[in-house]
Amino acid sequence: MFARLQKDRRRLLGLALLIYILPFILHNPYYLTVLNLSALNILTVCGLTLLIGYAGQISLGHAGFWALGAYGSALLSLHTGWSPWITTLLALLGTIGLAALMGVTILRLRGNYLVMATLAFNLAVYFFLVEAEDLTGGPPGLPGIPPYKLGPLVLASDLAAYFLIWTVLLLILFLTFNLVHSSEGRALKALAASETAAACLGINPHWYKVLAFVLSAAYASLAGSFYAHYLSFISPKTFDIFFSVELVAMSLFGGRGSIWGAVLGAGTLTPLPHLLSFFDEYRDLIYGALLMGVLIFFPQGLMGLLERVLRSKSSGLKS
Amino acid sequence: MGEILKLQTVSKSFGGVKALRGVSFSLEDGEILGLIGPNGAGKTTLINVISGLLKEDQGHILFEGHSLKGLSPWQRAALGLARTFQHIQVFADLTVLENVLCGLHRQRKTSFWAHFLRLPAAVAEEKDFESRAYQALALVGLKEKASWEAETLPYGEQKKVVLARSLVSNPRLLLLDEPAGGLNERETEELGQILLKLKTKGMTLLLVEHDLNLVMNICDRVVVLNQGEVIAMGSPLEIQKNNRVLEAYLGK
Amino acid sequence: MNEATLLWQFLFSGLAAGAIYALVALGFCIVENSLRIVNFAQGDFLTLGGFLMSTFLLAWGLPWPLAALLAVIGVGICGWLLERLALRAAKDRGPLTLIFITIGASIFIRGVIKLVWGKNPRIFPPMVTGEPLRLGGASLAPETLFILVASLVCVVALQLFYRFSRPGKALRAIAYNFRSAYLVGLPVGFLTSFSFFLAGAIGAVAGLLIVPITGVSFDTGVILGLKGYASAVLGGYGSFPGAILGGLLLGLLEALVAGFISSGFRDVFTFLLLFLVLAVKPSGILGSSEEERA
Repeated sequence: MFARLQKDRRRLLGLALLIYILPFILHNPYYLTVLNLSALNILTVCGLTLLIGYAGQISLGHAGFWALGAYGSALLSLHTGWSPWITTLLALLGTIGLAALMGVTILRLRGNYLVMATLAFNLAVYFFLVEAEDLTGGPPGLPGIPPYKLGPLVLASDLAAYFLIWTVLLLILFLTFNLVHSSEGRALKALAASETAAACLGINPHWYKVLAFVLSAAYASLAGSFYAHYLSFISPKTFDIFFSVELVAMSLFGGRGSIWGAVLGAGTLTPLPHLLSFFDEYRDLIYGALLMGVLIFFPQGLMGLLERVLRSKSSGLKS
Repeated sequence: MGEILKLQTVSKSFGGVKALRGVSFSLEDGEILGLIGPNGAGKTTLINVISGLLKEDQGHILFEGHSLKGLSPWQRAALGLARTFQHIQVFADLTVLENVLCGLHRQRKTSFWAHFLRLPAAVAEEKDFESRAYQALALVGLKEKASWEAETLPYGEQKKVVLARSLVSNPRLLLLDEPAGGLNERETEELGQILLKLKTKGMTLLLVEHDLNLVMNICDRVVVLNQGEVIAMGSPLEIQKNNRVLEAYLGK
Repeated sequence: MNEATLLWQFLFSGLAAGAIYALVALGFCIVENSLRIVNFAQGDFLTLGGFLMSTFLLAWGLPWPLAALLAVIGVGICGWLLERLALRAAKDRGPLTLIFITIGASIFIRGVIKLVWGKNPRIFPPMVTGEPLRLGGASLAPETLFILVASLVCVVALQLFYRFSRPGKALRAIAYNFRSAYLVGLPVGFLTSFSFFLAGAIGAVAGLLIVPITGVSFDTGVILGLKGYASAVLGGYGSFPGAILGGLLLGLLEALVAGFISSGFRDVFTFLLLFLVLAVKPSGILGSSEEERA
């Protein structure tokens, strides 16, 4: 128990060191932008992993929660002039409330139906953003969103945003590891393995499904708010269902049952289109083939593959 | 000694098939009650009804004097009514120790936030749970394999993990659905020893089992179910001499 | 035009859209009754049918009945391949994995379409032309009528196939009880593949019918697929009559919302409706009343 948590904390420390050294090596601000976007995706996929890999539920609507975080915080700060910190928090609370309400009603559904209910939610949000032009700015988007400030310091540059976003991510990863290595995390895993057996140990299935759903929505909302105040511009296009699908693909590609899988999945798939110029043209082809291939051949994803390699290496050393 | 579980004319049908017809019996505090009967007698259905996975059509179930009507499986488990399964095995992706820790879930006193922030209360509880889980593992003889991935264990040991998982929280009543199924002779004997140990710790057991040898050896009383009806009840010796039981088993 | 005429006009366009939704919904039903999963590539079958047709008809200059037949068979084969090559390899991994594979397939098909046909929308002329019919002051275009007739033909053909043909009966046996069907020696593998062929074919038909009206681009099938799914859920997922009823109902509701309230919020309405149906009565109108379905 403690050993597993310690191991994940050591790995996290390694990641943190790498993250805080990287900006001194990379001087191209474009790379920082890509890394920032990666961090936001990792945050969301990390939440999805709690939902998919731990609670065994599935959602194709998390771009909707991301949109709630982004538009919620952006509109609030634009209309009221409140600090983005406060509006981020308000958007987060709003999303949590809505997700709890949704979770209570739709998490009684299983598999197929749940996928569709979340998809329908995402589409409803998307079309609303497009149509309610007076409020959201419609398809052209919403410009001029104020950045975060720390005292006199305006966190608008890529570098400042880099430190802000990654610090938040590392903190949340730290907390998430606490969670998965506790009775809460075990209850979720038990639920994914067998709902009946879990219930017969006194684990309330519905409660834990809702918990995972709300947490994952909260992570997505947070990512959305940071996205909005970092880029200062958002448009509905970002929050369509394809983004939801991409997020799930990242989770599955990385390894659905593992938080590190989320880091790996989102950390590798987010930069791809930015680094490979030919990627955009073949984007769907690659994503589709990758998703099918991983599911058919490596159900444990990148993380599973990595662990198998590491294990065979260490057992090779022993013998 | 009082009655810990009381069944009053419990009936259940699936479509036209009557799986249970007015089953009534009770369990005394601290006894091991064997529930036997030929295939299709309704034993597993009965366990499922008691644990709340199926809803009875008629009748009442009282647990420590309180009706269980309307309670879902997890609520019954939280009251101290534990069970094992014939087929459902260990939780994948968790170690042996973690599997057993899941069994302590119902005694958790800390909140989600305590674990998310890993407050001292949560750490203390985890430590306490861990030592109790080790005790349960020692009882079933799996302490050395605590850190193994539970799924990688052989079948017999997986069954022990499931047993440890359901007994670790010291439930008032433990329903065992064919715990010896698939075990060899030596493993079955070990199982019998473990169950007797649980009895001395004050646990009440309802044992559904095909291995009559095991049932006759460790049970205080035996209830025989045939075609959804209780056809005999009594000490193992009485049951062995009962003609109706013989008929049911030999199909006369 | 007065209110009544408008109403008729909306009813016609609603019925035509509803017929398309019903066809897509039937594709979902066919798969639900064999492999018991949601096939997310169903909408992309529609897109693929539209693009194949445009190539056969315009680039190769084939007569439209032949072009249509080839397009339908072509997409059917794609459906078959999806089951045979991708889904079967992972069939022991549980429905969740299979659903995700169809999502992967859906993205993949879109990628292929973008690569082969580009990102620009295509359109081809309607298969029947002529003077619009006058009914109650509203006009009914012949291609709208054609959609209704063709959908009806499809539904009847499907019904006859399931009722009377050997593979149709076998598919019904699978829908009733997969394990027993396997145990009595029905070739369930072949039949599952065949159901995907059917699903592909009926998706392609929907494509052929709608493209002359709306055109087709690589992502046309996404929203239409989801609306087809919404129809299937509305009617009771897995039920064939439910799919048709749900499709027509959704088409009509949308037309009325678009006509009398706001065309922009039509889609918000559709998906809110779907969400509410799922939250309140997931079994739909004609579905069985179990609360949870696996």
